[in-house]
Amino acid sequence: MSPEDAPAQPDPTDAGHARTDAGEVRVRPEPSANGKPLISAEHLKLYFPVKSGVLIDRTIAHVHAVDDVSLELTEGQTIGVVGESGCGKSTLARCMVRLLEPTEGSLRFRDRDITHLGRRQLSSFRTEVQLVFQDPVSSLNPRKRVGQIVGTPLRLHGMARDKAQARVRDLLARVGLNPEHVNRFPHEFSGGQRQRIGIARALALDPRLIVLDEPVSALDVSIQAQVINLLDDLQDDFGLSYVFIAHDLSVVRHVSDWIAVMYLGKIVELSPARELYDKPIHPYTEALLGAIPIPDPKENRARDRLVVGGEPPNPINPPQACRFHTRCPRATDVCRTVEPPLAEYAGGHVAACHHPMSVSEDEVKRATRSSLSPLSAGRLLPNGQEAPEGSEAAA
Amino acid sequence: MAERLLEVESLQVSFATEDGLVRAVDDVSFTLDRGEVVAIVGESGSGKSVSVMTLMGLTRGNNSRFGGSARLLGKDLISASEHDLERIRGKEIAMIFQDPISSLSPVHRIGDQIVEQIRAHEDISKAAAFDRAVELMERVGIPRAADRARAYPHEFSGGMRQRAMIAMALSLSPSVLIADEPTTALDVTIQAQILEEIKQLSGSGESGVIFVTHDLGVVADIADRVIVMYGGRVVEQGTLDEIFYDPQHPYTWGLLGSITRMDREPPRRLPSIPGLPPSLVNPPEGCHFRPRCPHEFEQCPKVPGLEARVDGSPEHKDRCWLSLEEKRKRRVVGDQIGLARETVIG
Repeated sequence: MSPEDAPAQPDPTDAGHARTDAGEVRVRPEPSANGKPLISAEHLKLYFPVKSGVLIDRTIAHVHAVDDVSLELTEGQTIGVVGESGCGKSTLARCMVRLLEPTEGSLRFRDRDITHLGRRQLSSFRTEVQLVFQDPVSSLNPRKRVGQIVGTPLRLHGMARDKAQARVRDLLARVGLNPEHVNRFPHEFSGGQRQRIGIARALALDPRLIVLDEPVSALDVSIQAQVINLLDDLQDDFGLSYVFIAHDLSVVRHVSDWIAVMYLGKIVELSPARELYDKPIHPYTEALLGAIPIPDPKENRARDRLVVGGEPPNPINPPQACRFHTRCPRATDVCRTVEPPLAEYAGGHVAACHHPMSVSEDEVKRATRSSLSPLSAGRLLPNGQEAPEGSEAAA
Repeated sequence: MAERLLEVESLQVSFATEDGLVRAVDDVSFTLDRGEVVAIVGESGSGKSVSVMTLMGLTRGNNSRFGGSARLLGKDLISASEHDLERIRGKEIAMIFQDPISSLSPVHRIGDQIVEQIRAHEDISKAAAFDRAVELMERVGIPRAADRARAYPHEFSGGMRQRAMIAMALSLSPSVLIADEPTTALDVTIQAQILEEIKQLSGSGESGVIFVTHDLGVVADIADRVIVMYGGRVVEQGTLDEIFYDPQHPYTWGLLGSITRMDREPPRRLPSIPGLPPSLVNPPEGCHFRPRCPHEFEQCPKVPGLEARVDGSPEHKDRCWLSLEEKRKRRVVGDQIGLARETVIG
């Protein structure tokens, strides 16, 4: 598929993007659940076995890396996934590109079930979904020239050598590298440039979806901005969808339409990007936001922070019921006994908490049980009512 | 007036390499008082880490050349003999590194590593030193410290390892603590906890802290004074508020402008500094920032001096040829993201 076939993207100059006096402000189209889902995960689980034994490896436990996650990404949009290390966000990313096979649940790409497809059957899917890695040093083969690195996917999918070479040059130019540098090795480039090579390689096959696993974490601040701007441009030009994994909430805010917050393998909050920062519902989200220092000394001093002590518990044996209760300042008995379902508030903002923050009593009253809720979650909503069986089917 | 701990004067560090002489640090001067946190900010290759490692004597080698002086409580660290340094290092000046897993020995228990450091400098029994190690680990917030002291580094999480590093650095109550990107590898929630520990340490007036980082959010949280480095040189230094609300150097403007802020509506495009940091083997003539600077003019091929240019604040210095009026006219520091909007247009 060529870029021209892509669904029409909002023109940067039309009403979707308004220019204000304060400079150009990014106004993304309202995130809606009505668009066509590009990729959707339903009750996705991935458990890694923990093995032990001298001669015979026996599985003694499982790491609950991704534990019943449901997500949907609409064509042309970006979903950001954030959380501390070990929360399962990278594993989720690797599941979504099918580098890993989910233990349970299902994964659909454009209405095709790809959960358990084999290597050969995945071949067409591979051209549509690509991954960009965090570390631009170890994700590029040091013995291959840039031309080979970017051109290999093209050759593997049957493009003739001379055509592939021309395409590689186009791609390099597109990501802001000098096409003359096709014969250089990765070590001859700086970190930001290497990340651009990784992006060019991901673009080679004209994918619909790119999963970005911490694509800017290893870069300097001024270079981060360059790479993010590039990703923005590429999304507009090629109508790409992104899954953007990061631990840096400020970067995620810039690129995402939706943001999912993960904790110990579960989604605790999923919100339109704009709302998450002004209106965090889950105390964990609030804690994450509060932990980020604001780069403005006066505001930083004036700020009242919710500081969460301790560290995430072991995902081999996660806490019962609400997984955050061991660190949560608002935890009560119900948090230790009933796993909170994902309650859906206005605007599609969902959060799994018995004691939601920043929402009015009225909003809590109107909350419904979201169909994204894990199967193991209880039916008790934050308003104290039990959601009737089957009430969420219409989501 | 707090006690002056450290006086660094025109420090120069260069390394002879196959490609030529790398001027990693070129004329860096600053001071550190007791109870103060001085942040050194810059991109990779700006010379921030080499500066502080030189203070610890960690850049000494056959191919390194030094210039200038760094006096710790009157003693020069640059010209000190290796023998003298050994006595100072750990006891009067200690360092926390970015990557705790590679700076702790994987084959020794955490407690024993702290004990070793204490006993290298003080004549006390192993048992007494171990008790002190446990006490230190408790102080930096390691739960069940008595048990954990018998654990190996791989049994610790990243945050706990960094706490163990801090405990070790504090074991001899050093006057100067150098923290080289101590929270870069950590999650934000753990970062907040570690920063709190470091703040308490300087707040108690016990030590002075030099905090090396590239994260301006962390700087705003922890620093009293800020040094901005670029291409091996200090391009601007001043108090925290001076740097954030009255920045003088175009590079500082760019740095402040390229911050993404999570508490603001994001701009359509992130302001970024075009181009790449300079090569230190073959740096641009004159101002090192010149090739990336949108305000370049005919003066710039000459090296500007680090001078105080703002009336009334002699400690706020910058290295730029533009006049004060020109700067105030041209400066658009992160206006898009609302940073310091009210103070910027002087």
